[in-house]
Amino acid sequence: MYSAHYGAFKSGVAIICLFAVALSICFVFSCAKKTEEIRVGEFGSLTGTTATFGISTKNAIDLAIEEANAAGGIEGKLIKVIVEDDQSKPEEAATAVRKLIEQDRVVAVLGEVSSSRSLAGAPICQNAKIPMITPSSTNPKVTQVGDYIFRVCFTDPFQGMVAARFGHDSLEARDAAILRDIRNDYSVGLADFFIQTFTSQGGRIVSDESYSEGDIDFKAQLTAIKAKSPHVIFVPGYYTEVGLIARQARELGIDVPLLGGDGWVSDRLIEIGGEALNGCYFVNPYWEHDPDPAVQNFVTSYRERFGGNPDGMAALAYDAGRFLVAGLKKLASEEPEAFAAILGLPRPETKELRKEAIAKLRDIFASTEDFPGITGSITIDENRNAVKPAIFLTIEDRQYKFVGKVLP
Amino acid sequence: MRQFLFILGAIAVLFVLNLVLPALVNPYIFQILILCGINIILAVSLNLVNGHTGQFSIGHAGFMAIGGYTCAALTYYLGPQIVERATSIGLPPAVSGITFFVFSLLAGGAASAVAGFLVGLPSLRLRGDYLAIVTLGFGEIIRVMILNVEAVGGARGFADIPGHTNFFWVSFFVFLTILVVRNLTTSTHGRAFISVREDEIAAEALGINTTNYKVLAFVIGAFFAGVAGGLFGHYLMYLHTNSFTFMKSFEVVIMVVLGGMGSITGSVIAATLLTVLPEALRPVKEFRMVIYAALLIFLMIVRPQGLLGMKELSLRTFRSLPFRTEKSKSRQGESGAAEGTNKNAD
Amino acid sequence: MQEFLQQLVNGITWGSIYALIALGYTMVYGILRLINFAHGDVYMVGAFTAYFAARLFGAPGPVSLFAAVLVLLLAMAVSSLLGVVIERGAYKPLRKSPRLTMLITAIGVSLLLENLGLIVFGADPKFFPQIVAPRQIELGVGVLVSSHQIIVLSVSVLLMVALQVVVLKTKIGKAMRAVSFHREASSLMGISTDNVITFTFAVGSALAAAAGVLVALSNPKIDPLMGIMPGLKAFVAAVLGGIGNIPGAMLGGLIMGISEVMVVGYISSTYRDAIAFALLIIILLVKPTGLMGTGMGEKV
Repeated sequence: MYSAHYGAFKSGVAIICLFAVALSICFVFSCAKKTEEIRVGEFGSLTGTTATFGISTKNAIDLAIEEANAAGGIEGKLIKVIVEDDQSKPEEAATAVRKLIEQDRVVAVLGEVSSSRSLAGAPICQNAKIPMITPSSTNPKVTQVGDYIFRVCFTDPFQGMVAARFGHDSLEARDAAILRDIRNDYSVGLADFFIQTFTSQGGRIVSDESYSEGDIDFKAQLTAIKAKSPHVIFVPGYYTEVGLIARQARELGIDVPLLGGDGWVSDRLIEIGGEALNGCYFVNPYWEHDPDPAVQNFVTSYRERFGGNPDGMAALAYDAGRFLVAGLKKLASEEPEAFAAILGLPRPETKELRKEAIAKLRDIFASTEDFPGITGSITIDENRNAVKPAIFLTIEDRQYKFVGKVLP
Repeated sequence: MRQFLFILGAIAVLFVLNLVLPALVNPYIFQILILCGINIILAVSLNLVNGHTGQFSIGHAGFMAIGGYTCAALTYYLGPQIVERATSIGLPPAVSGITFFVFSLLAGGAASAVAGFLVGLPSLRLRGDYLAIVTLGFGEIIRVMILNVEAVGGARGFADIPGHTNFFWVSFFVFLTILVVRNLTTSTHGRAFISVREDEIAAEALGINTTNYKVLAFVIGAFFAGVAGGLFGHYLMYLHTNSFTFMKSFEVVIMVVLGGMGSITGSVIAATLLTVLPEALRPVKEFRMVIYAALLIFLMIVRPQGLLGMKELSLRTFRSLPFRTEKSKSRQGESGAAEGTNKNAD
Repeated sequence: MQEFLQQLVNGITWGSIYALIALGYTMVYGILRLINFAHGDVYMVGAFTAYFAARLFGAPGPVSLFAAVLVLLLAMAVSSLLGVVIERGAYKPLRKSPRLTMLITAIGVSLLLENLGLIVFGADPKFFPQIVAPRQIELGVGVLVSSHQIIVLSVSVLLMVALQVVVLKTKIGKAMRAVSFHREASSLMGISTDNVITFTFAVGSALAAAAGVLVALSNPKIDPLMGIMPGLKAFVAAVLGGIGNIPGAMLGGLIMGISEVMVVGYISSTYRDAIAFALLIIILLVKPTGLMGTGMGEKV
């Protein structure tokens, strides 16, 4: 008889205790700072398997924001970037974005590089009506999540098509093999788009194998691919696995070139792949030796600030940061009241105005045209994607070499 | 009648709390409360298997995954249609939505229970270490199988799950789980579970169908794990199999071990502690798991029975504490025997 | 046919790695009836020790053969020490406790090592330097084997043979077999069980470290969590062969490696990890004592 009370009592006690704990912590948190900064969030993979993505992105965004702040900020107000690490894991990305929006109360979110992790964070931004700008996620699904999600890079349909054309026309391949990362939206999507164009040009896909991010042994899949004698192997994965795949492919006696997408972009690619990568090609968002002064200024500033050359992810992140700054500037000059509402932490009296202001910021992003980025001119189309050129690089003797630029 | 009113009262309190808390409390704290609740359900359900029945299962995350994905698939794919149908016959979408959510939770739990049955039946012929490894294996197999199901996002995760989980439902199911497990363990079935734990061969010799009871514990444990999974998915609004690896199973095991294998109160306390602690330790986040692990080792060497061993905290303990007269001690002794708690736990 | 043979070579290479790790599991289980979950992490520590040692000797520049061997031995020594420390620190106090307690402690040690590794080494994967240059050797019929694979195979075989010699021909080996069989009786016979157990841990850990170094050499990406999956799979291999049985562990390892590679090569890579557990469940349901194990009755 008493056991019903018992169970209810126990959970009652538990809940009341938790409530008390919560209240007391609440007090501590309520003594929050009320500064007049513009709070912007960033989530990225600062640690984990694709750490260079996150680190390059963070560095470049820091650079862009520092430059903006040094030039007087936005109408004198400084931008503060709050960074969260998602450890290269999609579920952590969701948690990180939640924290940025609900606890840090940011007005916009920058991130992520990986499409999987962007896809984890985007629905949260969309539901909270906070604009999200991804610098390098190329999977089309990311911006399809909703009208608050933007990107400043090209998309995989374009990238896949361009890679297929390159393989077919420039490398004269007729038989291609695919080795994709099955755990990765980006990889799977890009592979599909490649196949679409390649087959429409009359090419044949002779082998379609897969691996999982984190694998270290690909010999089984590569042996199966070798048996089909492709002319080129399309490896739309991330640099960590690509490097190992290249090595093991050469060890198995596979001589044909490997072709890849922007997931290869990392300063560690050559370190991991070494000589095995000679004669391989991949897509890059920009070329660091581009004589354009804007590009060179960026490269020099980055090198001075962080040492080492900025990779494609850094370039895109820099553009994303500047894109955000430009949007904020426009808001400040056209709607000063709205701009005032998004400063600092939300206050009860300006809650509605803040929401409207953020919506206006979103509209500004959506209507951007010809924004001068170092990765190309950014015009946001009706799907909130940017239309950008793709650059092909090859590797020779552990150095990158420019091959060509493909305009959209 | 009295207990019915009590339950009604408790539900009303929870309902009010649910409406009031988000306004009073920082959303981050709110998140912790919800995760606490989910972990309590996981710990208490695992305790039934590991603690009360003595079967060492370390594949609980697999059951959580099945429940979570099933529930999410139902609300994602069938939810909108059901709500439409309901609206067309006059039911407000809020009501039909929530009802369908609860139904999906239970369906998820049921799916997990079925999995628990399928896993339990063959595995339970094995003992101790082997059982542990097999349950671990099943947990991994379940995870890999889900990874290959494109309809629930496969390797990329299941996004856009509606966010139905709120404080009320989490507390409701915490309440339910504790109630069911408590009632079960204080009944004759509970005796049977304990006998399986204490000496399986003797129990078998006394006519208790040990396999049946082991499977029953597994099935019920899996059911609640599935419900927890459903609540988890609808809270995060995103599911990925990476959240259900053996690490997750280990985390639940640590909660059960810390609280005391066989103590429901212990599991509640440990689950709460181990949900709040990492958040409090966020500044030293990298050390969280190191501390956990060190804690576990230390605990095993120094106090393997965990915080509460097999004892439960009860109103009686509190009442008798300040006035430990002979009378209250003997009363405690009597009720102790009636409850079947093991006074020799230490 | 060529493809099949190539896959076979790949499988045997991996199989020998699993066998090396499985040996440690099986020996410890035989002697203590404990599944040493931390074994996979000892393998990881071996790989990392080798990484730092190699860098000490001048890698990524050229490294002499002598230095390479030294790297291997150093890794084995450090891991041996680690194994002994774990045994003395965490398992010895629990010798009289129920096995479940020891199992949980083993899980705790494993988690501790992994997370300490994450803190100390960082979560980003490190790239193990090529201390032996890779070269391809044609085996005929178009099957290629790399110098790395040959090293893996030969070192594994060497170590396994050495182990068999120690276990079957030496006094300490006899002591190990005695303690595995019956601990109390062995101590009554004057065998220092504590020392034998420590020795077993030391040897098992050394073998795991060797496996770690070999894997780091042929698949150069190492990270603190690299030991989890191979550890589990090696355990399955040990069970497959009959836990407590040394030749069984070798056989189990081979079967594990070959099945895994065949499944990935001919079916799909997503099932790579699941195959291990599927094998485990099958063997436990069909022949729980393993392929070469002997059943032991349960006394009441």
